[in-house]
Amino acid sequence: MRLAESLLALFLLAAPVGTVLGAETQQAPQDTYVQPLADPVLEERAKALQRELRCVVCQGQSIDESNAPLAADMRRLIREQIQAGKSDDDVKGFFVARYGIFVLMNPPVATDTYFLWFGPVLLVLLGAGVIGVTIMRARRRLATEPASEDP
Amino acid sequence: MTGELGQLALCLALALALMQAFAGFYGASNGNLRVMAMGRGASLGSFVFVGLAFFTLMFAYIASDFSVLAVAENSHTAKPLIYKISGVWGNHEGSMVLWILILGAYSAAIAMTQPTGAEYGTRLASRALGVQGLIAIAFLLFILLTSDPFERYFPPPFEGSGLNPLLQDPGLAFHPPLLYVGYVGLSAAFSFAAAALLDSRNDAMWVRAARPFALVAWTALTLGIAAGSWWAYYTLGWGGFWFWDPVENASLMPWMIATALIHSMMATERTGAFKSWTLLLAITAFSFSLIGTFLVRSGVLNSVHAFANDPERGLFILMILVVAITLPLILFAWRAPKLTPGAPFDVVSRETGILINNLILTASAAIILTGTLYPLVLDALTGAKISVGPPYYASTVVPLLAVLAMAMPLGPIILWKRGNLLPTLYALRYAGAAGLVALLAALAIARPVTVLGVLAAGLGVWLIFGAATELLRRSGSFRRLGRVGAAGWSVTLAHAGLGVVALGCVGAGVWRTEVIEVVAPGSSMAIAGYELRLDSTQQVQGPNYTADRATITVLSGGREITKIYPEKRNYQAEQMVTTWSSIRTTIVSDLYVTLADPRDGGGWVVRAYVNPLAPFIWIGAIIMGIAGFIAVGGRIAAHARAKRTAAAEAVAEAAE
Repeated sequence: MRLAESLLALFLLAAPVGTVLGAETQQAPQDTYVQPLADPVLEERAKALQRELRCVVCQGQSIDESNAPLAADMRRLIREQIQAGKSDDDVKGFFVARYGIFVLMNPPVATDTYFLWFGPVLLVLLGAGVIGVTIMRARRRLATEPASEDP
Repeated sequence: MTGELGQLALCLALALALMQAFAGFYGASNGNLRVMAMGRGASLGSFVFVGLAFFTLMFAYIASDFSVLAVAENSHTAKPLIYKISGVWGNHEGSMVLWILILGAYSAAIAMTQPTGAEYGTRLASRALGVQGLIAIAFLLFILLTSDPFERYFPPPFEGSGLNPLLQDPGLAFHPPLLYVGYVGLSAAFSFAAAALLDSRNDAMWVRAARPFALVAWTALTLGIAAGSWWAYYTLGWGGFWFWDPVENASLMPWMIATALIHSMMATERTGAFKSWTLLLAITAFSFSLIGTFLVRSGVLNSVHAFANDPERGLFILMILVVAITLPLILFAWRAPKLTPGAPFDVVSRETGILINNLILTASAAIILTGTLYPLVLDALTGAKISVGPPYYASTVVPLLAVLAMAMPLGPIILWKRGNLLPTLYALRYAGAAGLVALLAALAIARPVTVLGVLAAGLGVWLIFGAATELLRRSGSFRRLGRVGAAGWSVTLAHAGLGVVALGCVGAGVWRTEVIEVVAPGSSMAIAGYELRLDSTQQVQGPNYTADRATITVLSGGREITKIYPEKRNYQAEQMVTTWSSIRTTIVSDLYVTLADPRDGGGWVVRAYVNPLAPFIWIGAIIMGIAGFIAVGGRIAAHARAKRTAAAEAVAEAAE
């Protein structure tokens, strides 16, 4: 029953996703409190998941640090799912099914994120190559240069 | 009336900027001292008129002149005076006027500090002023054509619509001006680099002229970013201090390039190494400033920093951005092959260290740029929406920075040109041991245990002790510390400051404790050895808000330590609710308490955090800022000394 209610709330709130929603603070009657799970291990998992999920009506905040009612609902939903025995991936999948990949703070490696993930690796390798060549050249010049005074 | 005065002042500033650009270039290419002097005069005049416009605008805010649209939209009579003043730059139009004011200040500083005689430095500075003039023209046109701060509004409303309450904070008085002094300061390095390229003279002359400006910019950026992070920390109410928000990234990228630049400049000035690379970095640094301005001002990003936006403005800044980046790059590509190669050095040398520093910092900036723009570009190309959040940066940029921190203490110790690795490592043996002890201590005590947390604790201590080692080596002994010059102190303090920041980040980011509970009046909650007793809550009236203020007694071991008063504020004019967290700091740890939501029956949801080492973030940043001041001060003093010596020699010569 509780889950059904929360889902309804989610769908109602999902409508304005993608529009510019700045002032989550404006929604006056708010309740950010979520009853923590009794088991500290599970609660720790819930908190870790909160940092991985985006508050989809906020400006780039995770649901771990948002006052928006939607974020509080999502925090509640995470706990319900964990208590129901779902794995972390299941929980993420649950939200991805509703909001798309957008809800994940850490975009998964896929064809359209290859550049995002492998670009940095290539960049560092390329840069290392360039400075390697620079250093070798500078060293060769040092060898040909007459032993000069130290700077 | 005052509004029109401000507009007129901006137009006159534009005319003078045109003159500054023309006289700067023309005078330099003809070697005409009088035309060059005219360019300098024009830059001073332009600065004065922008200043006049700025103070006119400030006057409109202080007087609550709601016939000016920007004032009506962003101010309110009930707002305290300090927020009327800082509210001038709490919106798009006003912040652009501040931007151009600071640009004018740098131009004026160039005009007043650089040589004026027949020497080469005069021509270099004149061309640099010409470039500064072009930048001023572009941004003055931007202001006048798309973001007129003095636009009239008729009929004027009786009351303004107020300023976003999140901005009604002392933070607004410091954070944006400091950041702008940093962003815009990089224009000076850019202008000198462009001037050197135009001259195709490839000596360290331009570096000598530009380095103090780059140092000022770096110092201001460091302090500005820290101020912004502190502001976010205490106002957002969730205990976080860095969010990898696109606009935060927009300030971090120029900081990284500026850091690379001041290191590379040091090498170029000292030994003549990587001449072309330093030119390129100077161009890149200001380009990142412009990218930052574009990202924040164009509205392509949604963020707390984005004021009212419209695409026309974005397009205009994009045009400035494209021209300002491509023209110098074309110039560079044309001239660079003709430049003589930089001075040689061995594999093990301080130059190599600086190259590693430059590689990591520029790569980090490029990765941050990728992460910031990727969702926008992907959305535009394929319509797919993704988020790139803190976990992405934690797995890409943070490891790179860890590598940098490992290498950092070696840099100032290893010799220029031909170094030796083993003696350098041997010199750092105590620092290494200290780092290892810190690492093991973190592993034993701190919870939760994460690779990053343990590593960062070790690296932070390694940096601090490494910097101390370097200082001691320079002075020879404790007693001779006074003889270490400004340059030595600034290096030590900057590197140690970063170590302190690293400790703060790991403490507040990894080891924090969080407890969120519903507390009824009279009852209490426990967090990390503290007991927080909610004594009462009451309604209080602020100047332009009402607030629920809680009185919470902090107890430790049953003994009262202090009382704290977190608030939840309701701003009527803006219809917004904000939190005013209470932070009780012991320097080594913060107790951070936020009053969240009321519950039926008088209870409140209270969020409490204990953030170990959190104050170190800002203490470290201040240490780095002091290092910057010392470096700039040292160079000014050295410059004055050189001038005095030259003057004395001239007098002596004349006497002979």
